[in-house]
Amino acid sequence: MSERFTKSAARNVFYGGSIFFFVVFVGLTAQSHWHIVTASTDEATLSESVIRGKHVWEKNSCINCHSILGEGAYFAPEIGNVWIRYGGKDDPQAAREGLIAWMRSQPSGIEGRRQMPQFHLTDQELDDLVDFLEWTSRIDTQKWPPNDAG
Amino acid sequence: MKYASQRVAYWYFTCAMVLFGVQILAGVLAGTVYVLPNVLSELLPFNIIRMIHTNALIVWLLMGFFGCAYYLVPEEAERDIESPLLAYVQLGLLMFGALSAVAGYTLGVHEGREFLEQPLWIKVAIVVVALIFLYNVSMTVLKGRRTAVTSVLLLGLWGIALFWLFAFYAPANLSLDKLYWWYIVHLWVEGVWELVMASVLAFLMIKTTGVDREVVEKWLYSIVGLALFSGLLGTGHHYYWIGAPGYWQWVGSVFSALEIAPFFAMVIFAFRMVFKGRKDHPNRAAVLWSLGCTVGAFFGAGVWGFLHTLSFVNYYTHGTQLTAAHGHLAFFGAYVMLNLALITYAMPYLRGKAPYHQGLNILSFWLMTGAMTVMTFALTFAGVIQVHLQRVLGMPYMEVQDQIAPFYWLRLGSGVVVGISAILFLWSVFGPVRERKARPAKVAVQPAE
Repeated sequence: MSERFTKSAARNVFYGGSIFFFVVFVGLTAQSHWHIVTASTDEATLSESVIRGKHVWEKNSCINCHSILGEGAYFAPEIGNVWIRYGGKDDPQAAREGLIAWMRSQPSGIEGRRQMPQFHLTDQELDDLVDFLEWTSRIDTQKWPPNDAG
Repeated sequence: MKYASQRVAYWYFTCAMVLFGVQILAGVLAGTVYVLPNVLSELLPFNIIRMIHTNALIVWLLMGFFGCAYYLVPEEAERDIESPLLAYVQLGLLMFGALSAVAGYTLGVHEGREFLEQPLWIKVAIVVVALIFLYNVSMTVLKGRRTAVTSVLLLGLWGIALFWLFAFYAPANLSLDKLYWWYIVHLWVEGVWELVMASVLAFLMIKTTGVDREVVEKWLYSIVGLALFSGLLGTGHHYYWIGAPGYWQWVGSVFSALEIAPFFAMVIFAFRMVFKGRKDHPNRAAVLWSLGCTVGAFFGAGVWGFLHTLSFVNYYTHGTQLTAAHGHLAFFGAYVMLNLALITYAMPYLRGKAPYHQGLNILSFWLMTGAMTVMTFALTFAGVIQVHLQRVLGMPYMEVQDQIAPFYWLRLGSGVVVGISAILFLWSVFGPVRERKARPAKVAVQPAE
């Protein structure tokens, strides 16, 4: 580095630049916040049961095996579009029953197959969780994932 | 050891290494479940094992950072720590919280956002720990000599505490939740943690190479500038598919592609300083870890991050084993190696001995970095196959996982080797040392500033 670029110059560039980029970042975050609540997610159907379902998802730490919108543990299938995979768009009732039956039948106990624990969810919790998954499947994710496999 | 109060760092490093052990054990266990899925499936399910693996990692790295700060701040500020007692109280509280969390997890007591699984009281305890720490270190710095190293370090540590507050904000809207969750996760590891990393590295360079402080500190400001200019808007690479606006694909791609720059600069910086340095530091292992850390961070965080950061690539790779490959090498290269570098450097002083067990320490370096490299390649190959089968051909997730099973065996094997190398490392720093009649370490390696 040349002598003209002194330590204090480097310091000023660091502090000035960092403040600038932080302000820009916070601004874009605010715009994104607004975009999320008004356009990309359906705030109107963010019901009590969807919120309770999110808590069921969190309380049982599902994210430490599954992923949701691609974030999580990658040990079990993507859940953001599981509603679509179960055909929820065409037959919501069958998808709901299918998902609930799946969770109730765990663990499969099959040798050599990854085991999902039995979480002993109540009927209410199972319904709420499915409501949350259904709501999540309608988020505008810029067309991710590329296909139903998630 | 120039200041008696630096001694607190010894206990921080010791506790950090205990949790390092917990992290590796949980990691090996998780790797085992990947290949033998029926193992422990009823007793300790995978989600709990992984929670322990990631949480132990994060807490021990933070504990290591605290130890680094308590070690280097007195030397930089040229005075003792404001209150060693508070430092011990802080450590006790943090270690109690960490062990309680691990114990609680095994009993099913946890919250449910990834990496933020700690029960509320532990989250609050972390705030208390941070406040004690920031008070203690800030007062030490303010009343003593100010240097660029301490300024950048303090900024990084304050940033860590500030962004932690987003742990208390969990919106009901999943997309909003994710938007702010990254304020902790990304702005920590690709933001303020890099400030801590660069300042600790600068300290190590000043001490081990004898290069003029002015030169080192100019590099330091340049590196952390690059880190934040790229890293802040680079957060956008997490905003592609979570419901945020489409412009993040441009902003995130451009700025996160630049995130490789600070890591590249760190490599150039460290190697130049060591080659330029007028002296050969007797603690060769510490110099090796310092140089290795920059290379590990460059490949793990820089190259492996860039591999899947462009939005049109990430569309296919997001949330696959490629992400896991990057995560493992990035955390190891940047932050694990940094902590092990400073521990290797500081322990002889903290124990009042000339550098010892150099051969063993250097062996553990090569074994650990070698095994982590194999692990990264195993997960990378697994990821590439997964992307093709699942994301391009649309094969169901579980079928794809069966296809890539051989790579999980390779990952488990390399994980076991990491465990062995960690034992060697621990022995090389904590193991018994025979007294030699050599000059005390303090005289032998007086910093040349």
